[in-house]
Amino acid sequence: MDVLFEEWRQIVDGFWETVQLLVLSGLIATVIGTLLAAMRVAPVRMMNAIGTSYVNVFRNTPLVVLFILVVFGLPELDIQYTFFEKAIIALSVYTAAFVCEAVRSGINTVAAGQAEAARSIGMTFTQTLGRVVLPQAFRAVVPPLASVYIALTKNTSVAAGFGVTEATATLSALLNNDPQAAFALFFGIGLGYVLIVAVISTGSHLLERRWAASR
Amino acid sequence: MRATTRTTLAVLGAFALALPACGEAGEDDESGGPEVEVVENPEFPEGSQMAEYADAGEITIGVKKDQPGIGFQGAGDEVPTGFDIELGKYIAGQLGIPEDSITWEETISDNREPFLQQDRVDLVLASYSITPERQAIVGQMGPYYITGQQLLVREEDAEDITGVDDVKGVEVCSVTGSTSLEQIEAEGGVGRGFDTYSECVEQVRSGAIDAMTTDGAILLGYEAETPDELQVVGDEFSEERYGVGYFPADDTDFCNFLRDSVQQAIDDGYWADAFEATLGESGIDTPEPPTMDECL
Repeated sequence: MDVLFEEWRQIVDGFWETVQLLVLSGLIATVIGTLLAAMRVAPVRMMNAIGTSYVNVFRNTPLVVLFILVVFGLPELDIQYTFFEKAIIALSVYTAAFVCEAVRSGINTVAAGQAEAARSIGMTFTQTLGRVVLPQAFRAVVPPLASVYIALTKNTSVAAGFGVTEATATLSALLNNDPQAAFALFFGIGLGYVLIVAVISTGSHLLERRWAASR
Repeated sequence: MRATTRTTLAVLGAFALALPACGEAGEDDESGGPEVEVVENPEFPEGSQMAEYADAGEITIGVKKDQPGIGFQGAGDEVPTGFDIELGKYIAGQLGIPEDSITWEETISDNREPFLQQDRVDLVLASYSITPERQAIVGQMGPYYITGQQLLVREEDAEDITGVDDVKGVEVCSVTGSTSLEQIEAEGGVGRGFDTYSECVEQVRSGAIDAMTTDGAILLGYEAETPDELQVVGDEFSEERYGVGYFPADDTDFCNFLRDSVQQAIDDGYWADAFEATLGESGIDTPEPPTMDECL
């Protein structure tokens, strides 16, 4: 267990990188995913098609393949980003598809009468969605969205193999230096991920409770 | 149309017939290594690890499969090639085990110790540097080869990055978690880890990263693949002593057997022949074989 205390600086740095990956790509994925969900329920065929294709393509592509496309493909096109940015791109694009489906399922829980009522008092589609449907939909999607973010937390570890020194890469480095401490290291790094996930699920529980009361 | 299809089929059929023939004809040239002598019915003390493998008539050796010159297996190759592989064949030969009874298991840097401990591999010859931390849990016999960390850059950058003194602030890649990566960060470089060496070298080729670092022997292998694109620069700035991994660590008899086998390979010229056929391909001179440590 000593190794965890001796190398705490490196471990904390690794997790800081993991958290940054998580928060940034989580935010971007939520924005893109919500827009996509809006497109999928919009009364415009073209938009439906775009939203559906996006989900079909990116939800069915393994994350590693996306990473390879972004990390090895972009430099070929002379598009230069740092490895951290490339990881954010791959993670956001991938997670957005899952956010979209979670949000869409939430939208479907809002009774059709709500949207019809909003339209009948003269609200536009955007107003209806933004002020009536989505606020109610988000309430219903807190648990599935939390699952998406938890999956994202674990997915950030894929970046370890693509030039980002996050927690899993740190684990690898420490393991290589001190193979004897394998169990302590697996335990310590595993605990770190558990803590991050615990924060997400606690947050989701609190939100769920609060919004349930206001209903 | 039908005729075309038939012709295509005929051509494909001819290829199918020709393919295995090619494989057989090329087999000797494929590894390019020196001839391995397989000892017939070697005698070992009963109950020893040597006797166990000799009686079984087969052995599993953990090797690298993504390091040209050391241990490399391309897509479609049946067996890996490289200096570690040639030496593995020699040791197996001393146990009376012919080449085709060796199972080559890929061991990456992270799993060499667990694979030995769990008996998934019997030996490890996988650019396995000897360190006290590793020796605390598995046995390491050697060194059978000494190399050191160097830098590999694009040909056109060879004037800007001439050695380890020029890496401050430069992005340098290697394998995630490797000692080389840590070392380059200590020298002021920005370490970028990848899953495999081939992914790392690809980043250097595409220009996304300026340099790659790891043991010189491995870098020379990549330089040899595309000499007008990549270049190894600067002196070695660390010392890596490759050892043969075995388990349990306190099996002195087994260690001595490995030591004697490798010593014999050095003495009868096999070591030098194997080097020339593998790492020597990149144009470096065959070095003096190292003096191996005593088994404890």
